[in-house]
Amino acid sequence: MNVLDLIGTAASNTFRSKTRTVLTILAIFVGAFTLTITNGLGTGINRYIDDTVTAIGAEDVMTVSVSQDANAGFADSSGPAEYDPDAIASDGFNRPGSTVVALTPDDLEALASIDGVLDVEATKSISPDWIQAGDGPQYLTSVGGLVDGQTVQLAAGAAPSADSDAFELNVPISYVESLGFADADAAVGQTLTIAITDAERTQHLVDATIVGVAEESIAATGAGGLVVNDALTDELYTTQNIGISLDEQERYAQASIRFDAAATDADVTALKERLTDAGYTGTTVADQLGTFKTIIDAIVLVLNAFAIIALLAASFGIVNTLFMSVQERTREIGLMKAMGMGGGKIFGLFSLEAVIIGFLGSAIGVGIGMLVGTGISSVLAGALLADLPGLTLIAFDPLSVTVIILVVMAIAFLAGTLPAARAAKADPVESLRYE
Amino acid sequence: MTTPIIRVKDVHKSYGKGPNRFDALKGVTFDINEGESVAIIGKSGSGKSTLMHVLALLDAPTSGTVELEGIDTSTLKGKKLNRARNKTFGFVFQQFFLTANISVLENVMLPMKIAGVRRSERKARAHAALEQLEMDDKASNKAVNLSGGQKQRSVIARALVNNPRIIFADEPTGNLDTATGGNVEDILFALNRDKGITLIVVTHDDELAARCDRRIYIRDGLLVNDTTEVAA
Repeated sequence: MNVLDLIGTAASNTFRSKTRTVLTILAIFVGAFTLTITNGLGTGINRYIDDTVTAIGAEDVMTVSVSQDANAGFADSSGPAEYDPDAIASDGFNRPGSTVVALTPDDLEALASIDGVLDVEATKSISPDWIQAGDGPQYLTSVGGLVDGQTVQLAAGAAPSADSDAFELNVPISYVESLGFADADAAVGQTLTIAITDAERTQHLVDATIVGVAEESIAATGAGGLVVNDALTDELYTTQNIGISLDEQERYAQASIRFDAAATDADVTALKERLTDAGYTGTTVADQLGTFKTIIDAIVLVLNAFAIIALLAASFGIVNTLFMSVQERTREIGLMKAMGMGGGKIFGLFSLEAVIIGFLGSAIGVGIGMLVGTGISSVLAGALLADLPGLTLIAFDPLSVTVIILVVMAIAFLAGTLPAARAAKADPVESLRYE
Repeated sequence: MTTPIIRVKDVHKSYGKGPNRFDALKGVTFDINEGESVAIIGKSGSGKSTLMHVLALLDAPTSGTVELEGIDTSTLKGKKLNRARNKTFGFVFQQFFLTANISVLENVMLPMKIAGVRRSERKARAHAALEQLEMDDKASNKAVNLSGGQKQRSVIARALVNNPRIIFADEPTGNLDTATGGNVEDILFALNRDKGITLIVVTHDDELAARCDRRIYIRDGLLVNDTTEVAA
């Protein structure tokens, strides 16, 4: 018997006893359906995190600051830490009142010379007093810029242009109503006034154009504040530093370095080590969100374990179904053996039947799972998860869906081996005598 | 002298061990020549079914040899054995052993499917065999819907389809009424006569046995009478 005939015969045998087969398929379906949903949940959430990662920072960007002694500023057994004139008060990154050691132009040069660093850019920290649209109320905010490779998830308009000399910025969608605009689209093109105080205690007003409205996200660019372009950053930074001598001006809490986008995890780790050796600390976006992803993966793993348990229960159904089938077809098996069908082929016939049941159960389970999952996530996206735009709770990628089907088929095959082996071993004479 | 198609030499077959040991065959020796029609006759429990299973290579003898065309069948293993069964033998059983819910055609094609014959050729040959038995009009019927006589004719078509050298018939008319049974007998003997297919019939029906060239009587696992030897 050739392979095609074997498959064809197995397929037609599968539906010899329809009710039994359908019930077994249903059991497999439940397992495959659950596995699809739980897997989709993992895919959806992780994909959302990945999207967020690209928003927070490009994959090839690392935030660098000067490494410090954890006990700096506190007396310890080795006595008080020595005063460091480069230590500056930093806000936004650490506890209020704590200091970081600033990066000087020398540090920037040192960083640029480290092997693997393609580009260094100091993070200019800007602290505006308030912002105001038209004659509306004044609000507190923070300001952040975009590094190459960073994206903004936009609700309206466009991201601020890096090349433009015009002052452009994005406001978060939560600001729209407070600033007095009807909706996100209405805000685009309007002017926003930013007040900033320089070192001589003089307040300056800078006008900029709102070119886009950013979606809220769990880790939005600019820490949920304004996203400004380079021209505006420079303007605000210069304004803020009026009255500070030039060499005092160039003190930065952080810098962004770029490395080869094709760098592997090992390369990144090596780069971090070189930075540490040089006295700096580098953190990638992946580091910041790594823990988060690990937790999601663990939860999905537990959910998947439940689905696998369901599948195992279903696989006993397959064993049972096929044992009954072997029992019913005892004489047929005997006849086929008498006619010269080998034990291996008989084994193949029954285990293929198990694989077909597994395939049907998993294909239907995965199909309906995808439909239901897509339905659920689109319903939730409009209701429960409306505050997390861009999140598709249950998403599917072709690879994991294929893997699910293959895994279920493999489980079904394993379940089928027991009855199939019994059929293969059957003695033709005994089988033909069987009443 | 030509080699007999089957040569049985001092065949013993026993089941079980120790005190439960049951000797179904206690030393049987005979030859069957190509083209013969042979009846193996005996009461139930005489060992005639065991003898047929041993002849059809479904069961190996405990001791003694069975030669198929001069080849000791104990040397045939695995694929060779399966091939020998598939190509050389056709089976007709009292209980038909048709698969109930598939078509007559599918049932008849089964031995060729096992042999790995191409589908188109399978169909053509199955139709030809059914035509020979005037069953071609029932080809697409489900086996379960046939009458007893039709079932047995389908079984004969299935036995014929691989052009076997030997047809084993185990009580071929046991489940049929006299007229239908006679009809089936006619078909079997016609095949024996016209195509030279060796026919080995296991039966306790004396009338059927009487139509065979030769009758081998079995009692308590021993050959008690062989008509050719008596004639010789």
